[in-house]
Amino acid sequence: MPVVSLNVNGHSHKVDADPQTPLLWVLRDEIGLTGTKFGCGVAQCGACTVHVDGQAMRSCVAPVSAIAGRKVTTIEGLQSRAAKAVQKAWVDLDVVQCGYCQSGQIMSATVLLEQNPRPSDEDIDHAMAGNICRCATYVRIRAAIHAASAQLAA
Amino acid sequence: MHPMMKAWQDAPENLALVAPARPPVPTRTGVTRRDVLAAGGLVVAIGALPGAASAAAQAREGTAAHAAFEPNQFVSIGADNLVTIVSKHHEMGQGNTTGLATLLADELDADWSLVRAEYAGANVKLYANLAFGMQGTGGSSAIANSYLQYRTAGATARAMLVSAAAQAWGVPAAEIRASDSVLTHASGKRATYGEMAAAAAKQEPPKDPALKTPEQFTLISREHATPRVDSASKCNGTAQYTGDVKLPGLLTAVIAFPPSFGARMVSFDAAAARKVRGVTDVVAVPEGVAVVAKNTWAAQQGRRALKITWDESAGAALDSDALLAHYRELATQPGTRFTKMAAAEDGKPAPVATKTVEAVYEFPFLAHAPMEPQSCVAWLHDGRLETWAGHQFPTFDHMLAAKAAGLPLEKVTLHTLVSGGSFGRRANAWSDFTVAAVNVAVAIHGRAPVRLQYTREDDMSAGLYRPMAVHSVQVGLDDTGRIASWKHGVATQSIVAGTAMAMMIKEGVDPTSVEGVSPSSYELPMMDGQLHSPTLAVRPLWWRSVGNTHTAYVMETMMDKLAQAAGQDPVAFRLALLEKNPRAVGVLKLVADKAGWGRSMPAGSAQGIAVHECFGTHVAQVAEVTLKDGKVRVDRVFCAVDCGVAVNPDVIRAQMEGGIGFALGALYYSEIELKAGRPVQRNFDQYKSLRIYEMPAVEVFIVPSTAAPSGVGEPGVPPLAPAVANAVVRAGGPAVTRLPFARSGLVSA
Repeated sequence: MPVVSLNVNGHSHKVDADPQTPLLWVLRDEIGLTGTKFGCGVAQCGACTVHVDGQAMRSCVAPVSAIAGRKVTTIEGLQSRAAKAVQKAWVDLDVVQCGYCQSGQIMSATVLLEQNPRPSDEDIDHAMAGNICRCATYVRIRAAIHAASAQLAA
Repeated sequence: MHPMMKAWQDAPENLALVAPARPPVPTRTGVTRRDVLAAGGLVVAIGALPGAASAAAQAREGTAAHAAFEPNQFVSIGADNLVTIVSKHHEMGQGNTTGLATLLADELDADWSLVRAEYAGANVKLYANLAFGMQGTGGSSAIANSYLQYRTAGATARAMLVSAAAQAWGVPAAEIRASDSVLTHASGKRATYGEMAAAAAKQEPPKDPALKTPEQFTLISREHATPRVDSASKCNGTAQYTGDVKLPGLLTAVIAFPPSFGARMVSFDAAAARKVRGVTDVVAVPEGVAVVAKNTWAAQQGRRALKITWDESAGAALDSDALLAHYRELATQPGTRFTKMAAAEDGKPAPVATKTVEAVYEFPFLAHAPMEPQSCVAWLHDGRLETWAGHQFPTFDHMLAAKAAGLPLEKVTLHTLVSGGSFGRRANAWSDFTVAAVNVAVAIHGRAPVRLQYTREDDMSAGLYRPMAVHSVQVGLDDTGRIASWKHGVATQSIVAGTAMAMMIKEGVDPTSVEGVSPSSYELPMMDGQLHSPTLAVRPLWWRSVGNTHTAYVMETMMDKLAQAAGQDPVAFRLALLEKNPRAVGVLKLVADKAGWGRSMPAGSAQGIAVHECFGTHVAQVAEVTLKDGKVRVDRVFCAVDCGVAVNPDVIRAQMEGGIGFALGALYYSEIELKAGRPVQRNFDQYKSLRIYEMPAVEVFIVPSTAAPSGVGEPGVPPLAPAVANAVVRAGGPAVTRLPFARSGLVSA
């Protein structure tokens, strides 16, 4: 079984795994980073969203072999100014309910604000369309992204 | 789900488990958290690692158990000044942990920033839902049943702290002020709760501690006073769900479940599955064939490699379209009467129908599809069983897990973790995923702890659906527009029949099949209701707001049809039938006022209204929709809610917002179809969920009230679909009677 080298949250990991193993399960089962969630396994719900080279990616369908040598960031490793603003806004507005999708929501929102610090409602719709929240916290997700955006502009 | 457990509690075989019906007044000689630990009823801290091993769990719990002051099973105060509140209810997102902590902390006069929460293990004597008589969360009952119990627990602790300070300072207790976790006296004496905790532990608990009056509340009903206790951990990835449990040597299992309802396994060939690297066991379990592996991916790959022969003949005829046709037929025939027709009022002539309004409504099976697919960790070791899961009904899960393991209850410890949603799914009388996990643990002889992980497809195909329902309604109006007759046939599976809750069925009627039609918020003395409760191989289950998921749609769209036939305004028509229901009138008038009901709308747009009561809470909503090119968009929803005392106003708003989005997604898209016994929709690609671009703006208005609080987890759901449907009609669109909208050709813009 080949060994895959991964860079996750700034740390190097050598993982002995089937190359087809989705990144999600390597993160959760092998590296022990369980903040990234399993929701659907078919890139429909976004609960598994992580950053790969600064882009949002659904880790449940990304074979780990395709991630080798690329820079992975999970909810546990968020550092950027945008990320901190997003997490603060999420807490300030009590966005969460069950919370299970929120790691993925926060990862998607962070990429959005890193690339577009003043998103419109349309931009938010576009960037967040891949993240389902069955609790339907969408009103607050939108409000929190705007709040984080305002904080970044301040 | 409901007062349901009253019935459960009445069953003689359950008596041994039943807790006192009245809130036990906490006493020092009563049970403390430490006793709970000794009894194996571990509590789990939010955001903390749930028991890395028994030893580790004991160490962690040991730390907490050294809390200086534990006046009862609901609260402890450490020398570090932290207040730990134990929630007896399951947190699935609805905010009840914050709510229970609010109740207790307010009477305790605690500093909210020092309050943390833990989840109780299974212990029906200490942690029963007082509305059920067993430990369980549902029926929007968490705050309602705990309102006095948690406040009393807090007031008791406060009185003992005050008493300790009085003794230490040699001053009368009445002169001591307690506020924000600090005790003070005019003399300048001052102590934190943490500093006084050890002394408080030596005080006699008061017999009947005084509770605050509403104007004395500092946290309850106070805006911005009680941010959620679980926000931070859910925003940084540290919140611990079942799938996140780490135990030494933990294995992962998936089960090859039957592909159709009623299917039977004939044989299986595990040779290829066993060759998958990482697979450790392939074992038959009552639920199917379990593949156990060192990691989740290997387990899934192993399952794909299984060759199983199923006999699917039993479910071959199970087909949604055929079922609906059968239900339509049933709903027009005499069944079991669910209403008592009252005679016409004294002296008044019975109204004579001159006009009839009729409709047949069809509702599909619905899956709950919580974000977190079901999972449970089970570990058999040292003659004991431990489980970790979102145990929403711990009393059932405890009994059934023990039975599956062949162990007495006292050898079984449940660790209840937060759930990634439930919407009713995790509250079932079969404890399906808990029992399945225990069966796998037994099948591998307890060699290692094992986590049973459902995939999305497993969860969505498992049945336990909101049952399909058909309503056939014919209403007669007299020449003044009064209701003269109301014939109402319902065909739907009973949710409680054949379960431990079957005693809820009275005179052949499962109240969850007809709640919302009977009883109704409206005065409808001339209703002739007939119920049919067919049985199927598909297990039915409550789905956020239960029977109200279909009855509110029927009643509230009928109200609009009737108002139109009577030539009356929909609000005025409803108000005339609500004269004896001031709280329903209150929310209806409030929402109409806030929404500017009756104002002119742009072309293609309209407002629709609905009002409904469930679980003691009244909600009225106005939906504003726009129809364009045959597509519907809900732009905005106004929502008025009367739930008695608004314990956490922001949680109430959140539940209304979420209930609206949840209901709208179901209205647009949700349906599980059965074809030849197999569920067609198995993941979010086909069972679509509302997405952010479809979420309307929501404005919530809470009716000020000093009435005892009722729940908010479910009541935001029922009025939304009929409010939207009514708006669609008023905007010139079709009157949809077959849900979801997508099935009737109406798609979301």
